[in-house]
Amino acid sequence: MSEGLPDPAAGDLSAGSFSAGSFSSGRGPRLFTGGGRRGTAISTASTVVVIAIIALVFVLAPGARTVAHAFFYPKDAWQAFIGDPRHGYYSVGAAIWLNIRMFVVAEVLILPFALLIALIRQSTHPTLFPIRVIATIYVDFFRGVPLLLVVLALGLGVPGLYLPVISHQPDAVYGVAALVLSYSAYVSEVYRAGLNSVHRSQVAAARSLGLSQGTALRYVILPQAVRNIIPPLLNDFISLQKDTALVGVLGVIEANQAADIYASATFNYSSFAVAAVLFLILTIPLARFTDRLIERDRRRRLAGAVT
Amino acid sequence: MTAISIERLRKSFGPNEVLKGIDLQVASHEVICLIGASGSGKSTLLRCVNLLEPIDSGRILLLGQDITGPGIDQNLVRRQIGIVFQSFNLFPHMNVLRNVTLAPMKVLRMPAAQAAQEAQALLDRFGLIDKQHDYPDRLSGGQQQRVAIVRALAMQPQIMLLDEVTSALDPELVAEVLEVIGELAAGGMTMLIATHEMGFAREIADRVCFLEEGTIIEDAPPTELFTEPKDERTRRFLRRIVEAKRL
Repeated sequence: MSEGLPDPAAGDLSAGSFSAGSFSSGRGPRLFTGGGRRGTAISTASTVVVIAIIALVFVLAPGARTVAHAFFYPKDAWQAFIGDPRHGYYSVGAAIWLNIRMFVVAEVLILPFALLIALIRQSTHPTLFPIRVIATIYVDFFRGVPLLLVVLALGLGVPGLYLPVISHQPDAVYGVAALVLSYSAYVSEVYRAGLNSVHRSQVAAARSLGLSQGTALRYVILPQAVRNIIPPLLNDFISLQKDTALVGVLGVIEANQAADIYASATFNYSSFAVAAVLFLILTIPLARFTDRLIERDRRRRLAGAVT
Repeated sequence: MTAISIERLRKSFGPNEVLKGIDLQVASHEVICLIGASGSGKSTLLRCVNLLEPIDSGRILLLGQDITGPGIDQNLVRRQIGIVFQSFNLFPHMNVLRNVTLAPMKVLRMPAAQAAQEAQALLDRFGLIDKQHDYPDRLSGGQQQRVAIVRALAMQPQIMLLDEVTSALDPELVAEVLEVIGELAAGGMTMLIATHEMGFAREIADRVCFLEEGTIIEDAPPTELFTEPKDERTRRFLRRIVEAKRL
């Protein structure tokens, strides 16, 4: 966009994520190329109008002052953010690190586990039939049971089993296990859609060259499948980032739980606003990163001959 | 030496019997063209030879060895048989060079440098060397199909199966692909070619087989089959081709 060349890709969100223009430009590549300045002016104006209307509704609401005081009070927000050991409440800002760690660990485990489930469900070999049935039941079960219940079941149930090692983990571990079990069911379905999106003729071409099933999968099918599912996959991960908050029900001090403790102690909910902002700071970059990834891939393939 | 020997081959898709007892011998360095209407079983026959379709009965011998029996390593068989499809089927996420080197590297365990070198030699031979870093969607249909041929050749197959390789091409791109096949024939490559290009079949084939409804109706040298077909069904087919101005 900055080099001033006609760039068909410049109009989307990845180019100017939060510039005023992107809100109204949608699919308007020419906003940034042809009549650029005029387009930007219009979109800026419309953005201002929209934000003004939303703000007015909030300001004019009968309970506006009370709500603002309870949810958006800067002093409380700051207190919740840094925490205060003397009064027994935790820093929401520090607690978000636990969410990040839980998210990263869960994601690293989900990616291969969900792929394994997807491959089992896609297999056709007769001897794999029982495993296929188990995989199907697994997916049905964990997609159907609320994640919160899975977290509670693991967090409260597994320690009660008094098993060596397994029953003596920190609560966050059970929370992550629940996230992995639940999300793998969803992600395996995304993988499956991706595998199905690769045309059968690609399998034929790979196998006809003598590639084994595994090699064909690894070098021909999966790369194409994954490329097709990056958006839904990242979508699930954005969702996963938020759902780490559910682990708080086990008493784990993650951001939401820390905010809850603050709110209970002070009767001010600004801590929740802080937690919300922190979650947004986590999820929005991932969303933008997804857009960038898609765009880069598209461009690289289009640019083939020029490079 | 017989490169491929097909004996009493039968193949059904559900209730639909596509191949009804095919017998066909392909000698080494021989070029055989399969002609016949769409649905006559040409493509299925080629896919059976490459073990992409399991057969119902009969057997196929590659250089005297039964490749349809139990306990056969299909991957080992397939690396000796190159196949090129009507729809190219290049790997869209890999550039041309990688398309060609993938199988030699992953199947034959050839070192990357050697695989690249051999691939480049082949690409050069078929006028594609300046496309080696391009992705398939930047190539014309004719170029893609030539790359697909090179990709199959890189495995140094004993025999090449060509499945209507020009049918998906714009008319002006057909010649460049046929030229490549002609060159392969001149180089002594054993080939089994399903084609709608009668002129090409007449020119390149040692023998032409006419298929109808899953049976080989007539099997003869092209001069004979095209000028004095013995079977009434062959005559009818050729008459239709002539009427369509394709011969």
